[in-house]
Amino acid sequence: MTPLLAAAVFEPGVFSSQPVQTAAIVGALVAAVSATVGVFTVIRGQAFAGEALGDIGTTGGSAAFLAGAGPLWGFLAAGLAAAGVMEAIGVQRARGRDLATGIVLGAALALAALFLYWDTTYHSASGTTVTILFGSAFAIAPSTIPTVIALGCVVVGIISIVYRPLLLSSVSADLAASRGTRVRLVGACYLAGLAIAAALAALTVGTILSTALLIGPAATALRITKRPAFAILTAAVIGTTAMWVGIVLAYDSYYWPPHGHGWPVSFFVVTLILCSYLGSSVATACRMRRTPTS
Amino acid sequence: MTPPAGNSETAILSVEGVSARIGGRAILQDVSFQLHPGEFTGLIGTNGAGKTTLLRVILGLQPASGRIIVNGSTHSRHGAQIGYVPQRFLFDPDVPLRARDLIALGIDGHRLGLPLPSRARRRRVEEMLDAVDAHAFAGTRVGELSGGEQQRVLIAHALASHPALLLLDEPLANLDLPSARGIVTLLARIAKQEQIAVLISAHEMNPLLPVMDRIVYLANGHAASGTTQEVVRSDVLSRLYGHHVDVLHVHDRVLVVAGEPDSDAPPHELAVTEVVP
Repeated sequence: MTPLLAAAVFEPGVFSSQPVQTAAIVGALVAAVSATVGVFTVIRGQAFAGEALGDIGTTGGSAAFLAGAGPLWGFLAAGLAAAGVMEAIGVQRARGRDLATGIVLGAALALAALFLYWDTTYHSASGTTVTILFGSAFAIAPSTIPTVIALGCVVVGIISIVYRPLLLSSVSADLAASRGTRVRLVGACYLAGLAIAAALAALTVGTILSTALLIGPAATALRITKRPAFAILTAAVIGTTAMWVGIVLAYDSYYWPPHGHGWPVSFFVVTLILCSYLGSSVATACRMRRTPTS
Repeated sequence: MTPPAGNSETAILSVEGVSARIGGRAILQDVSFQLHPGEFTGLIGTNGAGKTTLLRVILGLQPASGRIIVNGSTHSRHGAQIGYVPQRFLFDPDVPLRARDLIALGIDGHRLGLPLPSRARRRRVEEMLDAVDAHAFAGTRVGELSGGEQQRVLIAHALASHPALLLLDEPLANLDLPSARGIVTLLARIAKQEQIAVLISAHEMNPLLPVMDRIVYLANGHAASGTTQEVVRSDVLSRLYGHHVDVLHVHDRVLVVAGEPDSDAPPHELAVTEVVP
């Protein structure tokens, strides 16, 4: 890259800015954790549960703002509580899955509507709603980094411990159960990991867009790799790249119209993830055409 | 009905007086039979006869009364003792598992922790690829394989942990005739070579006739077991179905036909649905 081009892409001060550094570190950690869980979410066909656990973070985030606590704790508490209720009313059964998820999601979002109303009326903080729903990567406090690392380690730890039974039961619950695996317990461990990962994703790209980070890179990776471990690594690389490029573009967009107002990081990140998925679809389609299936 | 061959000491599987109810309906009533090492047994019955339920009871996935003894133990979950190939199972093309990865999960898929590379594990996968002749597609995603190839990989997955007993639920459904023949020959060879008991459920017994050592015939929740000559007879099957049944031998094929003497309904085929080629 020529220095001139580099100067055009990387606005002055992008690397020395504290919010950019924090966003880049948290973004990479969250992308890696999302990839680890997301690959299983896609294999299990539980994208809706992932979406719901992210959305339900809205309830926790808005409540945390009312109580004056950090939003991450709100996301986390709401997500884990919702995961517990979903597990209890049968999210693991293929037929009860969407129903259990939908019922919990509806109830939680009703509470979120109330909390967000109080947030805006009592604290007259209209920006809170946008921050919770769509994220604000540049507003993450540097003191959050150790917490993000710790939660990330918990998720990666859970998935590492149950890796093989989880993989087998995600492919076929019958195959796993016939080997004596406690399929429901393994599913509950995974759901707890999903709730934490969704909370972390909500911290960076907001509760509404958290699924994009969970599902998008994983779905792309599953199209272009044959092995689960490679899929996780590929998803982590895609997610981190989307996050970093999104951060740089958002920083640049401060100089785009309307002048002096940066565009949201989450817009860039999710758009980049969508582009990578569409790109992998085109690549897969081309490969299929070259080698017609018999 | 007929006394089992061999004695209960050498049996790999003893099913003793098993009854199972699902939603208040009696699916199995007082079912008893035994399987011995190296035996290839067909579990035959029409759709809804309780074949899948019986296999799930043996696996410990379905509660039932009576006793299931696998290799001398009555544990409800037999884990690595039993290899299992579920019914109508097709992998999604997006599942990121190559044929060899699925076979490896057959060795240690129930263990906690990350899989570490091991020479013994790799060697066992190669042995299994040999056993089911799957080297040609070992590196292909399971979801991109044909139905017959997926069955072979699932059989290798089920055999990888050295089980004493192999259960297969309708493995020939949805397979074309040459693939079905290939699977049956393969299973008969494995039963003899590894001295394991193979129990394979099917609604159609003819593809199994050349290799079947014994048969367990399910109807109305009751079972008759023995050799095909002992079981596939008009008197035995009539008693099982509770009405008159004819057993017809046409060339090398067997047709089980129900004709109710006191009804105007035309005779209809039972258990045999194969279209004559």
